[in-house]
Amino acid sequence: MDLLTKHPKAVQFFVLLAVFFLLCLLISPSDSNVLWRFPPLLKQLPFIINDSVRYLMFDWMPVQVYDPIIDDFEEKPLFREFTRSISSIFLLVINFVREIFLGGVKTVVAFTDWDFINENPWVRWPALPWTVIAGWAIILGYKLQGKGLAILAGICTIYLAVFGQWKPSMETLSFVLIAAPVSVLLGLIFGIWAFKSKAVEIALNPLLNVAQTMPHYSYLVPVIVLFGVGDHAAAIATIVFASPPMVRLTLLGLKKVPADIVDSGLMSGCNAFQMMFRVLIPTARRDILIGVNQVVMQCLAMTVIASFIGAQGLGSNLMIALNSLRVGTGIEIGVCIVLIAVLLDKMSLAWANKQTDYFADLTFFQRNRFALVALVVFVLGSILAYIGSFIFRDSYNYLYIVPHNKGITTAPFWQLTVDWIWDTFFYALKAFNEFLITKILEPMKSMYLAMPVAATFVLMMGAGYILAGVRQALIIGGFLLFIALSEYWDRALITAYIASFAVIVSAVFGIVVGSICAQNNTASKVILLICDFLQTFPSFIYLIPVIMLFGITDTSVIIATVVYASVPATRYTVEGLRSVPQVMHDAGSMLGVSRWQRWISIELPLAFPHIMLGINQTVIFALFMVIIGAFIGTTDLGQLILKAISDPQGTGIGLTLGLCVAFMGLAVDQIIRTWADNRKKALDLA
Amino acid sequence: MSSNPVIKCESVYKIFGNNAKQTLDQVNGVVDSIKFLEAGLIVGVNNVSLEVVQGELLVIMGLSGSGKSTLLRCISRLTDATAGKIYVDGQDLLALTKKQLIELRRNKMGMVFQSFGLLPHKTVLENIAFPLQVKGSSTRESVERAAQMVQLVGLQGRENYFPRELSGGQQQRVGIARSLAVEPDIWFLDEPFSALDPLIRKEMQDEFLRLQGVLGKTILFVTHDFDEALRLADRIAIMKDGVIEQLDTPSNIVLNPATEYVRRFTEDVPREKVLTVRSIMDPLDESERLGELRVSEDAIVDSVAEDILSEERPVAVVDAKDNIVGTLHASHVIKVLFGGRSAESTEN
Repeated sequence: MDLLTKHPKAVQFFVLLAVFFLLCLLISPSDSNVLWRFPPLLKQLPFIINDSVRYLMFDWMPVQVYDPIIDDFEEKPLFREFTRSISSIFLLVINFVREIFLGGVKTVVAFTDWDFINENPWVRWPALPWTVIAGWAIILGYKLQGKGLAILAGICTIYLAVFGQWKPSMETLSFVLIAAPVSVLLGLIFGIWAFKSKAVEIALNPLLNVAQTMPHYSYLVPVIVLFGVGDHAAAIATIVFASPPMVRLTLLGLKKVPADIVDSGLMSGCNAFQMMFRVLIPTARRDILIGVNQVVMQCLAMTVIASFIGAQGLGSNLMIALNSLRVGTGIEIGVCIVLIAVLLDKMSLAWANKQTDYFADLTFFQRNRFALVALVVFVLGSILAYIGSFIFRDSYNYLYIVPHNKGITTAPFWQLTVDWIWDTFFYALKAFNEFLITKILEPMKSMYLAMPVAATFVLMMGAGYILAGVRQALIIGGFLLFIALSEYWDRALITAYIASFAVIVSAVFGIVVGSICAQNNTASKVILLICDFLQTFPSFIYLIPVIMLFGITDTSVIIATVVYASVPATRYTVEGLRSVPQVMHDAGSMLGVSRWQRWISIELPLAFPHIMLGINQTVIFALFMVIIGAFIGTTDLGQLILKAISDPQGTGIGLTLGLCVAFMGLAVDQIIRTWADNRKKALDLA
Repeated sequence: MSSNPVIKCESVYKIFGNNAKQTLDQVNGVVDSIKFLEAGLIVGVNNVSLEVVQGELLVIMGLSGSGKSTLLRCISRLTDATAGKIYVDGQDLLALTKKQLIELRRNKMGMVFQSFGLLPHKTVLENIAFPLQVKGSSTRESVERAAQMVQLVGLQGRENYFPRELSGGQQQRVGIARSLAVEPDIWFLDEPFSALDPLIRKEMQDEFLRLQGVLGKTILFVTHDFDEALRLADRIAIMKDGVIEQLDTPSNIVLNPATEYVRRFTEDVPREKVLTVRSIMDPLDESERLGELRVSEDAIVDSVAEDILSEERPVAVVDAKDNIVGTLHASHVIKVLFGGRSAESTEN
């Protein structure tokens, strides 16, 4: 009885576990037993989705459209015309930006036709020499922030050129330069709308929840059906994927603006427009900038995945390299993506932080010095390129454009390293690999698969009830029911097993490392910097080194997942521990606690809610990575989603699978977030 | 001072909660805040009427939750009053359209906030220029005007600092400069010095009095600090539970507290620092022989007490035109200085 009053939750958990194991023992594993596996009542869902999409695309609302080729009006479905026009606009803009960088004729073609090009071969838009673009990037960096950013811009662009990745890099860049601003704009619009209208906020919230937990792959299939294949489709998939965090952060930032600042804006005589754009949004800048930053990261993360539906550039090259196990090339391309990500990240940040000097009395040259220098760079670069055409008369003109894969390459070096690692550590790696698979992963997998569905429900909903309450338990039940009634329960269990294994390892790692680093100011700063740096990496990049070490196995996926998912766990642990008020430390010191006691009984309890939010992120990150891992051959939900991309029935299947993954994430999210919120309130931290 | 009030409130109510308006109509304006609370309504301002004339400095004083800030927000229409009439310069404030309200704020009103309300992304100069810019002034014009305001509040050299780089006192100077940038007729200050530490607060009060001496605005000043109210006010309105308990000059409030609540505030006030000579002088008695000394009827007792006590005869009190309007006996001064206090202490 004493135990019950002292630790009611612990007792509840004990009872829950007892019931769970009892159910596991009692329910016999047979397909006819409903308690073992629910019947797939939602089996038809993918087909219903497919039929509706098809109806929408081909039959709904036919309208008369003028067709210039047959010179007559033709009946076409409205929605398809709509998606088609969006596609062509995107394609036009992407091509336009791309041709500024790389030259070409597609933009001209868009306004004339191919015949015109064939008759007039001179109307080719010439590519800018890479030296000019590099120069401009450096100038831009200098203008935005100063020497540091200029040097970074220089290193990035020169790396891209020298390593022969110029063309794919510019292709990727042209795609990001369209997708990112559109995502930011959409995010802002919806964020503002949700801020202005409670109804919109309530309607958007579940959509955003799902969108932020859907795996990257599942965006691809419906986009193919609606918009076709190609750069524009990739851009649209990226935008759909990258906008939700922007909406979230915009809304969050606007809500956080202090009432006094709103009042002062009103009393300064702002109208609604000035209020929004000169007071609210600038004041919420910090959160909105984090949003912009996230968008840029998501865009670059998607470049690789978007190459499945025809995005050209670094992403598709990386895929090919990884597919053919050319790790060296993979690393070089990976570095390109990371460099572009870092550069865009810093530049967008610097742009937002720029200031004006009102007192400077400038001459025409001083005011326009950057434009003038840019012009000079353009002229010099062109001249250099022209000279280059004489120097490199017989080979490639390196001063104009370094052709793809004709630059310096370090690939052989990496290949040698990989070979050396394999030769030296082969047995160790193999032994580790085998141990992990046979002793831990396989048993764990069979354990998960041996859970009766009823027992799983009891466990999850029970945990939800104990930690977060009845409402949350019911929501979790709803999420699980969707998965249980679909055909994919077993697959979902496999995803759950890989993800939960990775989450446990990441959480332990993150909390331990975070706790150690949080004891010391410098160490905290260093570890947060490392976390920042690792978070700039698009998720796909994590696969490169693990493939290098472990080849194409489940182990690779798990290790990549652990590394990727450890970042939030570590970061939140450090942040949580560091935010424990100094007075608590002082109070502890005066009570004579040791360092260890302080950590156990003061820091950890206070920081725990925040750490749990980190674990929450870890779960979402892990799910993402596990699904991406399908690319190197896991047998979970991800594999099916990947298959759906090339399946004519793929839309419905892909979306259903995506929802399954999203709901798994959201179920965990519901428990942890509600618990952490309640706990923070109880501790008076919120 | 013209007799036309710049601000006029007639039976203003502000009640928070659902159906506040209907409930208020049902009780015909007789509000019992405890009964309202049971109905889930919070009474912010309860039947307040007041007038502020041109150039007057009215301090609204009350403890937290007394409704003083709510009243100010009603008069600046940051929140809409539930019932009652508010006139600003004869215009019915509650009848203004959104556009007219914006015009009014852009040209006639300035406001200073307790937690400053500075825009974090703008420098000192940009913050001060902001009201001018939203009004549509050119950059050059607004920056020049803002630079003048920087001079006025003594922040030269810090034009390009961000608010986060300034101390609390400096931030509030920016807030003051911003609120004055459009040269408003009416100046609202909502606990402007409460977030500052005592020494800085004193300094800012002096600064404020200096500015008011130069500018002569019509001012509504909200504070929870009775000493601050006494120091600054032409008149003080003491609020409790949304009701004005007493609205009068500082010396009248100290001499004749209208309610028990007001008396508790005045208890510890050093009278000599509040009372004017006028309030303790006797009518002129021609038979009395007066000393050489002349004191102004508006002088605070504390500032002339020493001189009066060193005189052997009663002292003549003069008005602004140097006419003798009364006499002051040292015994009255002694009573102000020591009498009240000892009487009170024996009571206790």
